[in-house]
Amino acid sequence: MTTTAQNIDKRLEEILTSVSDPEIPVLSIMDMGVVRSAIIKDDMVHVEITPTYSGCPAMDVIGDDIQKALAEADYKSRVELVLAPAWTTDWITPKGRRALEAYGIAAPLNEEADKNVLLGGKQLVKCTNCGSKNTRMVSQFGSTACKAQFQCNDCQEPFDYFKCLK
Amino acid sequence: MKNENLYNYILGIADNNLILGQRLGELCGHGPSLETDIACTNISLDLLGQVRSYYQYASKLKGEETTEDSIAFLRKEREYVNVLLVEQPNTDFAYTIVRQFLFDIYHNLFLEELQKSHDITLTAIAKKSIKEANYHKRFSSDWVRRLGDGTPESNAKIQEAIDNLWTYTDELFHQTEADKAMVKEGIGVDVTLLKSKYYEIVNEVLTEATITVPDTKWFQKGGKNGIHTEHMGYLLNDMQFMQRTYPNMEW
Ligand SMILES: [Zn+2]
Repeated sequence: MTTTAQNIDKRLEEILTSVSDPEIPVLSIMDMGVVRSAIIKDDMVHVEITPTYSGCPAMDVIGDDIQKALAEADYKSRVELVLAPAWTTDWITPKGRRALEAYGIAAPLNEEADKNVLLGGKQLVKCTNCGSKNTRMVSQFGSTACKAQFQCNDCQEPFDYFKCLK
Repeated sequence: MKNENLYNYILGIADNNLILGQRLGELCGHGPSLETDIACTNISLDLLGQVRSYYQYASKLKGEETTEDSIAFLRKEREYVNVLLVEQPNTDFAYTIVRQFLFDIYHNLFLEELQKSHDITLTAIAKKSIKEANYHKRFSSDWVRRLGDGTPESNAKIQEAIDNLWTYTDELFHQTEADKAMVKEGIGVDVTLLKSKYYEIVNEVLTEATITVPDTKWFQKGGKNGIHTEHMGYLLNDMQFMQRTYPNMEW
């Protein structure tokens, strides 16, 4: 696991956890790993978030949602987008991975397995509907930048796979 | 402006992404299949996302009333310094894929070096972007192989696109004044050093794709100095329409 410690003030944790990814509403931004730091300094909350992909249109919304949630708890806040260190799918928490699967998005495999399914055509991605590994990639790109399209050969369910990003 | 060379240097990188992103965006709803349509627009989105990081940085350097939007939408044709390759029209899927392939190989080599820049903002953008650029390269190289080594018709189309776009490849390795200044300061990438590796990789993929590598020695240039092909005006017209018609509009 890439260890780049998050620096989150305990008092803010619950509020930030209540904010979800606008494209995957069941997933908290905290479980997504996009919040890198949140500190209180001089009556102002400073939050740093990092994008999953450069063009992720959700980042602006996430920034606004964070400010709204903090305002409800009477905090003034400033949200800044940071690029380094670059986000990786390793930062999605186990709870986040379960939320993705429950939502119908297969969670990212490790780097090597990911390469095997995206380039080698190996069947390692589990269908989110029936659990079968008899699945195939339909396209390397999916409905958003972070996903690829898959389909289950057994139950025919089409589903997204969250690509591994290192 | 204090950092004029750095400002120009950033535009030299970012304008390529912007114009190629715009070209790919034109395919939204017009791709040859749903999957390739989504792929091209996804790549476009990545490139435009990268552009925002570059232009935000550039606008900070420039100060005054410059914003990422004014850099993107309110310059005149001569002020864009992208290479001619990226402004070439989509024509058909062979041209779209070959243009992408010729750019992606360069883009990856370039970002690999930019990661070592002494400028921490550029390093951060490069580290973020290279992951995406690498995925683009896989996609475009796969399609060049698949179509080149496909049917006689798909082979002929890829060959035609390579023959026509080849003349725009050499410009990727030309240095501007801003390039030279930034290389000296350890901030910029010396693109002349990427050239042999570039053609080595490109030739390898083309050979696998059973495509003949053109042997032309005559190359087009000008984009890096703001002298563009006839396609650029139409592209800008389309891209800038909203901001020019409704100044300062926001979504
Ligand atoms: Zn299934």
